[in-house]
Amino acid sequence: MSALMDLQDIRTYFYVSKGFFKSLTVKAVDGVSLTIHRRETVAIVGESGSGKTTLGRTALKLIQPFSGRIIFEGKDITNLKGNMKWFRKKAQMIFQDPFTSLNPYMTVRQIVEEPMIIHGYDVEERNEKVLKALSDVRLVPPEEFLPKYPHMLSGGQRQRVGIARTLVLDPIFLVADEPVSMIDASSRAEILYLLGEIQKKYGMGIMYITHDIATAKYFSDNIAVMYLGKIVEYGETRSVLKEPFHPYTKALIEAVPDPDPSNRFRFRRVIPGEPPSPINPPLGCRFHPRCPYATEVCKRKEPPLVEVQGHRVACHRAEEIAGQPLTTK
Amino acid sequence: MSFLEAENLILYYKTLRGPVRAVDNVGFTLNRGETLGLVGESGCGKSSTAIALMRLLPRNVERFEGKVILDGLNLMDLSDEEFRGKVRWKRISMVFQGAMNSLNPVLRVGFQVAEPLMIHKGMKKREAMKRAEDLFKMVGLPPDFAYRYPHELSGGMKQRVVIAMALVLNPEIVILDEPTSALDVSIQAQIMNLLKKLKKKLNISMIFITHDIALASDICDRIGVMYAGQIVELGSSEDVLLNPKHPYTQKLIASVPLLRGDRVPEFIPGAPPDLVNPPAGCRFRPRCSHAFGRCGLEPPFIELEEGRFVKCWLYGGED
Repeated sequence: MSALMDLQDIRTYFYVSKGFFKSLTVKAVDGVSLTIHRRETVAIVGESGSGKTTLGRTALKLIQPFSGRIIFEGKDITNLKGNMKWFRKKAQMIFQDPFTSLNPYMTVRQIVEEPMIIHGYDVEERNEKVLKALSDVRLVPPEEFLPKYPHMLSGGQRQRVGIARTLVLDPIFLVADEPVSMIDASSRAEILYLLGEIQKKYGMGIMYITHDIATAKYFSDNIAVMYLGKIVEYGETRSVLKEPFHPYTKALIEAVPDPDPSNRFRFRRVIPGEPPSPINPPLGCRFHPRCPYATEVCKRKEPPLVEVQGHRVACHRAEEIAGQPLTTK
Repeated sequence: MSFLEAENLILYYKTLRGPVRAVDNVGFTLNRGETLGLVGESGCGKSSTAIALMRLLPRNVERFEGKVILDGLNLMDLSDEEFRGKVRWKRISMVFQGAMNSLNPVLRVGFQVAEPLMIHKGMKKREAMKRAEDLFKMVGLPPDFAYRYPHELSGGMKQRVVIAMALVLNPEIVILDEPTSALDVSIQAQIMNLLKKLKKKLNISMIFITHDIALASDICDRIGVMYAGQIVELGSSEDVLLNPKHPYTQKLIASVPLLRGDRVPEFIPGAPPDLVNPPAGCRFRPRCSHAFGRCGLEPPFIELEEGRFVKCWLYGGED
């Protein structure tokens, strides 16, 4: 099966001007390749500054990459300019914050209907699709929600309006950027199950961007762990979380507590320091200054993303340290 | 008798739509050296409980009453001036949510930590800075970082600075309001390790406020679960996490996706009520699958065994 979205060696750089003559390059995404098929969810996890959101926006061509190719349904759209409506219709985004991403002066009907006005649907079709989209996201009965304004809805309901707005165009590719991080813990699973159902119904490929590795476990098929603009580990989600090979993946998993009262009697194994600036990433492996396993070669040579027991891992010592718990220096 | 006792604590805010019952009859106890977690979803009144204890009230207070007894002294009897001079920061201090972004950008961070020493204890600047350097060491920062400005520090370092700030007057109780919510998980784990170390070393009591029940389990000895302005369950971490009694606690725990283990996360349909107009009786009733006739009346806070409370009609109580 050919990929729905095929990102090839994407590099997305930003330029920060420092005075008249100087400008710095922020390499937000620096050589990422990733494919997403229809009916597949790929989670992109990483901490702030890892480039996960930039990658999502680049895939939707909201940001032009510096180099690399974006292939959508077999068609190279990297340098496509002008009329992109056909692509915009098929590829949609769900935003993080349902409190600021909906216009407070528009009713639910207007918000959900707007994309169809832009894409030239006629009135009857619009009315029908608004109702269908609202029932697809379980805002039922839909007639009751049509005249409401966003402030009359709870966080979970608002996020469902945000999802309904994307559905009316029958998209096949969805970028969900932290869709539940602003939603209360008790409603998160509800929104994520809903996304899963809608995915089946519409046959969508989803790029699920999150910092929350625990939700990624339940709501993705494959997972890509990013650190400073690069994928450090990629593989089948359950397998990566059960047996991570990259020291950074190990550290991320180790850092997340499950509710267990015995947690308080032990210290968590942590990696020291914080991610460095993407303006001036460390030479060699970008993780080496914080890595408990780093050796001389890690300081000099950037590790390629290679196959290790079914995962793709960018670490010189991946095979050696496989199966070992995280050590702290 | 416990070191800190809160009884019938009430804090309502005045709004155009009517009073918001942010804290409605909240009671708990805290022992020396113990960490109590206050856990709940956004808008359940956890932060309002904290500012009620610190008496850092906004202007639109409609009603503020109850008893807060610290080591035999009822803090509610103190005037604002007495509270400021004797209690706030000296005996009870607080790490505010997002405090690391509220550091004064034009002052050296060490000075900001040392300032209370000059004001409350009349120390000279040099002496106070020396003490700030010691505190920096204690929270895992190099002492010379006291002479840096906030923009020269990373997020995790700034969080360590505001923790040092809360400890500067050797308080007996520190309230931590979502101390890691603005940090990445790997930094969160570092800060949690620091808090565990401080708890052990200084034997201070802590009130740890969070929306993340898994994070609460990382440090709390006892946990109080809040819903719609009230504590609905209170007990040891073991009891609350492993044998939850209140239907809300049960569902809340079931909604946490586990990284280790295979239980599929559930969810609670609906949303928490509006605190201007909460449902009569049990506030969780509209979302509760166990609700029955009696739930239309306010349930009592039943003590199942010593120190283990639940606010639910399923566990008895008189009409």
